[in-house]
Amino acid sequence: MSVTPVFEKAKAENRGVLVGCLPVGFPSYDGGLRALRAMIENGVDIVELEFPYSDPTMDGPVIQRASEIALRNGTRSADVLRMTEEITSAGACTVLMTYWNPIERYGVSRFANDFAAAGGSALITPDLIPDEASEWIAASDEAGLDRVFLVAPSTTDERLRMTADASRGFLYATSVMGVTGARTSTSAAAPQLAARVRAVSTIPVGVGVGVSNGEQAAEVASYADAVIVGSAFVRLLLDTDEASGVAAVGELARDLAAGVRKRSR
Amino acid sequence: MTDPTDLLGKSAGPDATGHFGRFGGRFMPEALIAALDELTLAYTQSKQDAEFQAEFHRMLRDYAGTPSMLYEARRLSEVAGARILLKREDLNHTGAHKIRNVLGQALLAAKMGKKRIIAETGAGQHGVATATACAYLDLECVVYMGEEDTRRQALNVARMKMLGAEVIPVHSGSKTLKDAINEALRDWVASVDYTHYLLGTAAGAHPFPAMVRDFCRGIGDEARAQVLELDGKLPDAVTACVGGGSNAIGLFAAFVPDEGVRIVGYEAGGDGVETGRTAATITLGRVGVLHGARTYLMQDDEGQTIESHSISAGLDYPGVGPEHAYLAETKRATYEPVTDAEAMDAFQLLARTEGILPAIESAHAVAGTLRLAKELGPDATIIVCLSGRGDKDADTAATYFGLLEQS
Repeated sequence: MSVTPVFEKAKAENRGVLVGCLPVGFPSYDGGLRALRAMIENGVDIVELEFPYSDPTMDGPVIQRASEIALRNGTRSADVLRMTEEITSAGACTVLMTYWNPIERYGVSRFANDFAAAGGSALITPDLIPDEASEWIAASDEAGLDRVFLVAPSTTDERLRMTADASRGFLYATSVMGVTGARTSTSAAAPQLAARVRAVSTIPVGVGVGVSNGEQAAEVASYADAVIVGSAFVRLLLDTDEASGVAAVGELARDLAAGVRKRSR
Repeated sequence: MTDPTDLLGKSAGPDATGHFGRFGGRFMPEALIAALDELTLAYTQSKQDAEFQAEFHRMLRDYAGTPSMLYEARRLSEVAGARILLKREDLNHTGAHKIRNVLGQALLAAKMGKKRIIAETGAGQHGVATATACAYLDLECVVYMGEEDTRRQALNVARMKMLGAEVIPVHSGSKTLKDAINEALRDWVASVDYTHYLLGTAAGAHPFPAMVRDFCRGIGDEARAQVLELDGKLPDAVTACVGGGSNAIGLFAAFVPDEGVRIVGYEAGGDGVETGRTAATITLGRVGVLHGARTYLMQDDEGQTIESHSISAGLDYPGVGPEHAYLAETKRATYEPVTDAEAMDAFQLLARTEGILPAIESAHAVAGTLRLAKELGPDATIIVCLSGRGDKDADTAATYFGLLEQS
C-alpha cells in the first residue's frame, strides 16, 4: 500500500522515481484512463491523480483548464475512487493530489478508508499544512495511507523539519516560488530545497513544478528521489484529438523515464 | 469607554493559531505560510505601535473623513416602527467603509517594505479603494478582476486605471470574484518577497480576518461612543449586511461584549434561499474550507464551490468571514437572509424618506432592520451600518426600477 517499496526499488536501481499526473475525468474519464495506461506502459512508476476542484489556487493555467474540463464532464468523488482502483489494478502505485474541501465534505475518515480500499497509497494535500491536519493524520494512520505534505523555498528550517516529520512516503518540494506549470528551465531553488530537506530528514523528496522533458527529468533526478510531471502531460491532451494525445503522452513518459535513469550522482 | 484614538483595540479572538472556535485557521499552500507569519507579526506589532496607530488615525481623520456621523433617521424610523440610527460610512472618502481597511493594510505593507500591492475585486469597489490607498501612499497596485466583471463594470476599471492601477482580467473558472481571489493568490505565491496581498474582506487565512476586522473596527468603536454621547446608553441592536463581512465585523466587534445588545447580520438571499440563486452562506449552513479558512460556504455535495448570486455585487461571495461563522455558531449574533426584492424595496424607501441613496449592499441591512424594528417596537434603538453610498449601483437600481427604458 505504501509508496515506500517504489522508492526502495528505484534506489536499488540507482535511478529516480517518475511520477506522472493527470486530473481524473480529463480529457474524459476513459481518455484519461488510456493516457494513464500509456504512462504506466512507458515507465511512470507512480500515478498521481488530481481530484478536480472548482478553486485550484495552487495550479497553473494548464491544470486549471484540465480541471475545469473534468468538472464539466461531471467528474465526482466516485470517479476518483473508481480510477484509483483501475490504475492500481493496472499495476501502478496511485497517489491522489487533492484540495482539502472535497475530502472534508466526503468525510475525512470515510474517504481515507474508501481510498485505501480502492488501493490508493497516499494523499498529497496542497492546501493542508500539518498544523491544520490532525483529523487527516489520525485518519491516514488508521487507514494505513501515506501523507505527502508540501514544502517551498520560503519554508523556514523549523517548519521544514516539522513538515518532514508529519509526512510519510515522501515529501513534496515545490521547486519554484509559484504555481504548477511546465517551464523552459527548472528552478535553481529546487536543489537547495532538496538539500535542506536531506539535512533534517531521511524521507524521500519529490520535486514538482516545471519538468517537461527527459533532460530536465535527469537534472531533477540528480538531486531528488522523485520527479513529478503534470502540466507537460496535460498540455499534450489539451486541444488535440484523443488518440494522438495519448500517443504523445506515451512518448513523453518514455523520454522522462529514460531521463530519470540517466541521472548522475 | 474606548479611547477613540485606539482604533486597533483588543478583541475576543482569534486564538494564537488564528481560529475562532472551529472556524478560521490557515488552509493555505506552505509557500505562503512564511508570508502569513511575517504579516501576522507586523500586524500584531502595529497594534502596540503608538507611531503606527497615530499615523493610521491621522489618515482616517484627515484623508478618509472619519469618524463618520451617527445619523438619526427620523422619517425612516416612523415607517419602521423603531428608532433607527444610521452609521454613515457612505460619507467616507470613496463612499464606503472599505477605505478603513485599505488604508490600514497599505500602511502596514509600506511599513513592511513591500512596494507592490495586489488585490482582488468583484464589482470593482475594493479595487477602486485599493488603487486609492496605493495612490495616496505611493505603492504599485495590481488588481485582479474576473473578465465577466471587467465587462459589467467598465467604469470601475477606468477608475482604477485613472488612479494608476493595473487591472488584470481573470479568464479562469467562473470569471468572477472567487476566481480573481484565486488568481491573486497565485500571484502572491510567486511574488511574496516584495508584494502584499490586500484582501478586501474579513475572510481568508489568518491573520486576514482579524486584521481586516481591526482596521474596520473604528465603525463600531465610533458608533458606540456616539450612541453613548447621544443617549447615555447602548442601543438595543446593531445590524449590518454580510457578504465576506468586513463592515459587519467592524461594527459588531465593539458590541460583542455587551450582552444586552442584539447583533444581527443580513446576508444576500438573492432570489430566495430555497431557489439556489443566493449568497446566504450562513443560512445555508454548510461548513467547509475556502480561500484559506474553515467557514460556512456554498458548496455542493461533492465539496465544489457553488457560484453565489445576489443583485449586489459586493455581497455576491460564496463564503463568509470565519468570525461571523463563529458568532453564528455560538449564537452571539444571528444572521438572516434578505432577498434582492426586499433589498430594493428598502433602497427605495431610504431614498424617499431620507434622501439617501444607499449601496445595494447597505440596503440589505436596512431591509433586515425593518423586520427587526417590527419585532422590537417603538422604544427600541437600532444602529444600522450604512456601509456605502449608492452611486456605484445607480445603473443596477435604475434598471431594476425600469427607469432606463428607451422611449
